Amino acid sequence: MTSLIATLDPGSRAATRGLSDIAIRNLFVIPTIVFLIIFNIFPLLYSLGYSFTDFRASTKDPANFIGLKNYMDLLSDPNIWSNFTITAQYVIVSVTGQVIVGFGLALLLNRSFPLKGLVTTLLLLPMMLSMAVVGLFWKLLYDPNFGIINYALGLGKFEWLANPKFALYAVALTDVWMWSPFVMLLSLAGLSAVPKHLYEAASIDRASRLYTFFRITLPLVAPILLIAIIFRTMEAFKTFDLAYVMTSQPTTEVVSIRLYKMAFQEWQTGKSCALAYIVLIMVLCITNVYVKYLNKAKER
Amino acid sequence: MAEIELRHINKHFGPDHVIRDVSLTVKDREFVVFLGPSGCGKTTTLRAIAGLEEIDEGDILLDGRPIQGLRAADRDIAFVFQNYALYPHFTVYENLAFPLRAVGTARDALDSTVRSVGKSLGITHLLNARPSALSGGDMQRVAIGRALVRRPKALLLDEPIGSLDAKLRETMRVELKRLHFENGSTSIYVTHDQVEAMSLADRIVVMNDGVLQQVGTPTEVYLYPANLFVAQFIGSPVMNIASATIRSDGGQASVTLDDASFDMPADLLGMLDKKRAAPALSLGVRPEGVLVSHTDQPGYRPAEVHLIQPYGGFDIVDLRFGSKTLRARTSSGYVDRIGARVFARIAPSQTHFFDTQSGASLDLRLGD
Repeated sequence: MTSLIATLDPGSRAATRGLSDIAIRNLFVIPTIVFLIIFNIFPLLYSLGYSFTDFRASTKDPANFIGLKNYMDLLSDPNIWSNFTITAQYVIVSVTGQVIVGFGLALLLNRSFPLKGLVTTLLLLPMMLSMAVVGLFWKLLYDPNFGIINYALGLGKFEWLANPKFALYAVALTDVWMWSPFVMLLSLAGLSAVPKHLYEAASIDRASRLYTFFRITLPLVAPILLIAIIFRTMEAFKTFDLAYVMTSQPTTEVVSIRLYKMAFQEWQTGKSCALAYIVLIMVLCITNVYVKYLNKAKER
Repeated sequence: MAEIELRHINKHFGPDHVIRDVSLTVKDREFVVFLGPSGCGKTTTLRAIAGLEEIDEGDILLDGRPIQGLRAADRDIAFVFQNYALYPHFTVYENLAFPLRAVGTARDALDSTVRSVGKSLGITHLLNARPSALSGGDMQRVAIGRALVRRPKALLLDEPIGSLDAKLRETMRVELKRLHFENGSTSIYVTHDQVEAMSLADRIVVMNDGVLQQVGTPTEVYLYPANLFVAQFIGSPVMNIASATIRSDGGQASVTLDDASFDMPADLLGMLDKKRAAPALSLGVRPEGVLVSHTDQPGYRPAEVHLIQPYGGFDIVDLRFGSKTLRARTSSGYVDRIGARVFARIAPSQTHFFDTQSGASLDLRLGD
């Protein structure tokens, strides 16, 4: 009887729960919000302000308001557009590659076999490495003189990264190696969420393997695959580390590298802020298109 | 149409022997119901026939042709799943069309077949809905429609109406019976509900622990259960079972259940001798075979009313004969008071004798 009273008493219930709601708010929620405002929201708004000025962080000159001039200059600059074209090529090649390899691996892994857990973990390793490290050792793999890739493919002294035609694809290939496991992981979750009885029903309904894949598996995995694609597109669009570490060709100057050079080598702070905003808006537009598809896929 | 034959099939799940030497022939256009408690192997047997489960030994024949090596898709057998297994991303129309599209049926033929099946199941107005918007009964109709749309050689149904509420189950039962009359496809139906089994089946196959217990028409299975398991599994309320001692008093036979003793026809003794019955016998009698009277009549024994359960159309009354309790079925309200003193006897024509050791019925058929 005493224990019943104890459980009904509101004071002791809060005590057994540990922290009160107010304590949780003060300890966790408020610091997070403060941190977010200082390091995210504030710079975001401040750089929006700079994007309308001719501010240079390397001088003591005050920032003069110049309206939309930075945006106009950037959008009418053919060099910037070529940076965007390079970025688009990179995004298309690397995301397509990641989806094909990642989804393919997921299809292979979506069954039970010995050591499945170990194999899955090993396949996930590339994703856990640092971008810069991956860039550096792929540079070694690609090396025309002693790189293992040329040795294995018997290509002699073929130039990968120094070749203006191939450098971008070589970087994209590295990105595919590194991030396919991510697509694989999400696809695997999607595949294992397809109820087994639907496959049984399809086999009873005389559907071939291929027909089942296109009519049952793919539509049901589509929403989660789209989420993987959204993430990878956003990441690929703002890619910097890999391309910067691996090569310095004009043909591999994706928009983030241009942005970095503009901000920290040419010290055109105001203009680079404007470019950053243009990139942001583009990424938002692209992801919006995906999200629309995602909602359509989820409706079914 | 098709005849399905099982020859000595065996199946193990790890250490569990789930189908034990099952042999059975399902005739063309027959409606056979597999009946048994959960875990008795009835669903596994059904899935093995469909090709969803492999068997370890034996042959499955469809029209005399072994099919156990074929994939489910090549067997031309339709299957209705317990959980419906509708394709969630397709409309009802597309769900119904799927089995036809999968084999590349021409569009016109497909459309007319889908619509006519939709019509016969009364789901025409739902063709554009998605499964998630349907009620349980409608989902089941779609699942059955998807099986019928291809005119399969055989139709297998795994507890198709088990998850519907009682009222809807009754409606669907009638509909299933109508559909079977219309389509006449060889059907095997799995259920643990004896009412479904009795009302739908041409023949009932009672299974327990992976073993066929009895195969027969609903009447046979009810009136002449082959063993103690079938006797107790079929019939509600359950059959009275008691260990019995048979006595002979100067040409008159009697059976004694603990304290109570009831008269039996004299030819019982001869029958038992002929069957070389084991000494330990069990007597089974359904509640309707225990006759109750308010007045003392020859052959009736006094009893005390212990419990009354009204079922609406009749009452089930627990009668105490000393330490022995028997359930009797009376017209409703016949006994109105617990503790009342009544008289009862066992109708010999409704008694069953079983070998207590093996459980097998001695199959004695006595007159009244």
